[in-house]
Amino acid sequence: MSILIFAENRNGKFPRHVPELVTYGRQLADQFRVQAIVLAPGRMDHPELAALGKYGAHRVLSVPDQSLDVMDNRMYSDVILEIAGEEDAEILLFAYSNAGKALAPLVAAHLQAAYVSAITGLPAGTDPFVVRKKVFSGKVFTDIFVKTRKKVFTLAPHSLEASEHYDPVTPEIRHVKVHENRNVTERMEIKSQEGKLLLTEADIVISGGRGMQHPDNFKLLEELAALLGGATACTRPVSDEGWRPAEEHAGQTGKIIAPDLYFAFGISGAIQHLAGVSSSKVIAAVNTDPEAPIFEVADYGIVGDALDILPKMIEEIKRRKHV
Amino acid sequence: MEIIILMSVVPDTSVKIKLTADGLPDMKEIPWIINPWDELALTRALELKEDPGNTVNKVTLLHVGPSTHGQVLRKAMAMGADEAVRIEATPRDSYETAYHIVAFLQERAFDLVLAGIESSDYNGAAVGGLVAGMLDIPSVSAVTGIQTEGDKLHVVRETDGGRETLRMPLPLLAVVQKGIAKEPRMPSMRGLMMARKKNIHVIEPGAVDSLTEYARFELPPPKPPCHMVDATNPGELLELLENESKVIHLS
Repeated sequence: MSILIFAENRNGKFPRHVPELVTYGRQLADQFRVQAIVLAPGRMDHPELAALGKYGAHRVLSVPDQSLDVMDNRMYSDVILEIAGEEDAEILLFAYSNAGKALAPLVAAHLQAAYVSAITGLPAGTDPFVVRKKVFSGKVFTDIFVKTRKKVFTLAPHSLEASEHYDPVTPEIRHVKVHENRNVTERMEIKSQEGKLLLTEADIVISGGRGMQHPDNFKLLEELAALLGGATACTRPVSDEGWRPAEEHAGQTGKIIAPDLYFAFGISGAIQHLAGVSSSKVIAAVNTDPEAPIFEVADYGIVGDALDILPKMIEEIKRRKHV
Repeated sequence: MEIIILMSVVPDTSVKIKLTADGLPDMKEIPWIINPWDELALTRALELKEDPGNTVNKVTLLHVGPSTHGQVLRKAMAMGADEAVRIEATPRDSYETAYHIVAFLQERAFDLVLAGIESSDYNGAAVGGLVAGMLDIPSVSAVTGIQTEGDKLHVVRETDGGRETLRMPLPLLAVVQKGIAKEPRMPSMRGLMMARKKNIHVIEPGAVDSLTEYARFELPPPKPPCHMVDATNPGELLELLENESKVIHLS
């Protein structure tokens, strides 16, 4: 048997979560004394592929087929299933990303494997096999007993730190049969947020709520984010009002994020908002209302007007950084 | 063209969940709502139906759940759905839910099936993909926009780092997320009146065994109190973030 790790291709590079996923896959593989095998679809440079060995991949299989440039769910799941069959994969790991969430349940259905999404750590036990995840949008933890021999999981973001303990490996090129007739996805247009730090990948997130009072005031958040090397986010009312783009909405129905620092300005902390940010390592909040629920989950807080505090903070950082 | 919405019913998302003496989520006296993403999917389906520029003529709700969910289903019908089907089962995991949905869809023709990305209770993010996989039909996920073009669909898919516009044929299962509709539609008075007369078809489920089981539940440990910093000294907060929690680097 083996553990198969799906490593998605973002314009020829691995997104940030892939090293975490491979680190996790290796730890799991060591528990069973089996190999952690990475499947990397699409065209990618050798050094990028080889580097996954450092995170613990025993083998890296590259499928550099041009027809995989656009992700068609069924064609991709066919490719994964073919490799999973050849490698006798018993556990298949995906990231809790858009692509991972799309493909993992498809593959599970074909394998008649149990599927659990957003597991948060290594299994609590392997016989019986028990995994842990959060339910009720982060309000409750649960242990789930997985009954099937084959298993498919997505790993919650920031479940563990990626670590480089091993040597690079020589990638293997695989040519699996890609059935073009299974591909029904025709791409007409592509828009990428080039150069912009993605909210789901940022270590530091600077976020604003209605307490920011006006769309123009978000310039202050952008400035602070730029100084700290973070991304900007907002609450649902702010994105619904059109003050900020919808992709910046962090919360239960928007993006679920888990940065090292979530810095909330003028956010009261509605339960649906907290559901999207409560997994952050550290939460700091600035709000005028001392009773605001955000202070119940925050590690650090200032009772005050975000519009007063922000310029002072920006000044202070500039002074410290000698900008 | 018919749109089928896979609809799940969940506890109101503003409710704090407690555990019973047996350690299970306490669902007593909890208000139930339409799963937020399914509500947006339904809203978009109704917008398409009302837009004369396309061929959507029927919106059907498909729900797996007990009769106590009937009232929420009724509300979804009041938003404007034409028909509702409820499969009388209390699924123990997303595989069981998908199994019942697949059994139903195998027996009838369909064009477009919409599923919300996840349910806000067990956050399985599974049913849509499982159904597409079990039926072996084309699917697309992370969908934030749908428009019809003759017998094809234009789909906006969010990728991790941008978005793509795709053209896809029917039949299709689309897993949708935030953005698919602007805001959930409110049922109108007329809609509420009409919904009372609409029929909910109840279907008996087939036998199925779950692939996973919830072994136990636990509430997160209480957080230590928030360390408050005086508003006159924001620099102190930066200091703490840099030196105590070490999440920012200023020098």
